[in-house]
Amino acid sequence: MRYGARLVQENLNFQVNRGDIFVIMGGSGCGKSTLLKHMIGLSEPAAGEVLVSGENFFRAAPEQQVAMRRNWGITYQRGGLFSDLTLAENVAVPLQQYSALGKAEMAELIAFKLALVGLHGFEDYYPGEISGGMQKRAALARAIALDPELLFFDEPSAGLDPLSSRRLDELIVAISESLGGTVVIVTHELDSIFGIATNAVFLDAETRTQLDQGPPDWLLNHSSHAVVRQFLSRGRRDSRQASGELQPSGDRA
Amino acid sequence: MTDRESLHLFTVSRDGNCVRLRLAGDWIEADTASSVELIRACTDAGLESAQLFLEASADLQWNSLLASRLFQLVRHCENHAISVDDSGLPSSLRKLLGLALAVRLDPGPRPKPPGILAQLGRYGSLVREEVVSLLAFVGELVLALLNLVRGRSQTRLRDLFYFIEQCGPRALGIVALISVLVGMILAYLGAVQLRQLGAEVFVANLVALGMVREMGPLMTAVIMAGRTGAAYAAQLGTMQANEEIDAVTTLGLSPMEYLVVPRLLALVLVMPLLVVFANVVGLVGGAVVASGMDVNFMQFLTQARESVGLGDIVTGLVKSVVFAALIAVAGCQAGLLSGRTSAAVGNATTRAVVYAIVYLVVADAAFNILYSVMGV
Repeated sequence: MRYGARLVQENLNFQVNRGDIFVIMGGSGCGKSTLLKHMIGLSEPAAGEVLVSGENFFRAAPEQQVAMRRNWGITYQRGGLFSDLTLAENVAVPLQQYSALGKAEMAELIAFKLALVGLHGFEDYYPGEISGGMQKRAALARAIALDPELLFFDEPSAGLDPLSSRRLDELIVAISESLGGTVVIVTHELDSIFGIATNAVFLDAETRTQLDQGPPDWLLNHSSHAVVRQFLSRGRRDSRQASGELQPSGDRA
Repeated sequence: MTDRESLHLFTVSRDGNCVRLRLAGDWIEADTASSVELIRACTDAGLESAQLFLEASADLQWNSLLASRLFQLVRHCENHAISVDDSGLPSSLRKLLGLALAVRLDPGPRPKPPGILAQLGRYGSLVREEVVSLLAFVGELVLALLNLVRGRSQTRLRDLFYFIEQCGPRALGIVALISVLVGMILAYLGAVQLRQLGAEVFVANLVALGMVREMGPLMTAVIMAGRTGAAYAAQLGTMQANEEIDAVTTLGLSPMEYLVVPRLLALVLVMPLLVVFANVVGLVGGAVVASGMDVNFMQFLTQARESVGLGDIVTGLVKSVVFAALIAVAGCQAGLLSGRTSAAVGNATTRAVVYAIVYLVVADAAFNILYSVMGV
């Protein structure tokens, strides 16, 4: 991945399994969000490919790209809600685009999705009239409007207080469990990482590549990279020097 | 028994004081029972005086459309104080319903939109507010300019040069294109009339005076309103949306001196130069048309030079300076007053251009009246 001549990350190789809550972690500016933009088909990697269910988005035919996108739900760092539409209209956008629901059914579905994220009764509010945390949750409601198989989050807890961000994390887990979807989250919040992630990859800004991958609890004590252990232990020097430990069992392409 | 029941999608049975709703089959396909149907079926079974038990058979296939219908059903029960037991549903569906029902946050009804009379009244006071805010803006701007003259301004020279480059050299292309066409239009307009009198050579007078006194300043101003005025509004509006204007204020800087003055000065300094350029190019356009009517280039030039005095050029330049200030004021004011959403930035840009053009035409009319009274 590069911006012009500036290399962001290289030699990334990891796999997200179905049903995973997968975290892309790393320090600020290491390219986490850039990686996500590549995974959701907004920017094409300079080299290599991103496969979603064995399909390369950028090689797919336009109709296929639309079909792939239909199965993805994405929330952006700042929500990405359309500011000139009410919350109900925001959630309705993907429904109108991809489903043939009647008016009443759509209204019920919208009410349900907003209730799921704790915004029941806010249908007619504009994004500018509600708080930042509510905007994030409204964005989640829009992302799950179509019961997507794949949910992407860019920094879901950025700008939220610890309690709200934990509630949002719980919501993500509950929704992905009950809808049976896979979740990919970009975050540097350790609480979220340990709280909900089943698998993770660590991107490093200095070496510009992924340092390690695996479940975060395991990485905390067993990562062969001191940087990763230090990141996961909030910068505390850990006494265990696990340099002799094995890497996770081979790269899963 | 309703149609849907006969499709075995759901069955309702009453046993004791418990109404059982049993869901089965494929609920993912579009043609299933609506929440209204579900509620009616349960009510028909005597739901009002009973409690509701929800259960699902093993072959139930569902997505959140079913969940949204059950959500309506459960809320209906809650509103009628009917207790609901959903322990017969798949655990993931129960969890989803639980989440949706967990938070009760009542935002209260939204304020009603005002009636026609109130809207009329508000419209009236809006006009007054507009005038007041324009006067306040101009007043602040004058104070900021006074500070600049006294050498105590926070305006940065670097910004000034940047904006001069943006609205000067980069606008030459579009100004040249429009001016040459306007010059040609003026020439054609005059040619038809003057040919009847055999006085084709006076086309030069028409083009020269028309460009220098009127069309040069006005057309350049219209171009700059669309090009630079709109850009100012969009820049400042986006800065407002990004809280950059707040940052400027809390850093102890005056948005007026730091943001508006360099933009205004750049436009005021550059406009007269652009107008001179537009006049020359317009004359060339007129000369090209005139040469098609046997008025050669030298004839055209001599005639034009005789017809235009220094006074004509100055009146045009004075206009251009005032126009520049009006465009900058319209653009910057719209930008600073913009709301913080993307739609608001769009509105601010529209407002900047519309206001600028209204200001321009009104000011131009005023100038022409003034000039004719003064006899220049």
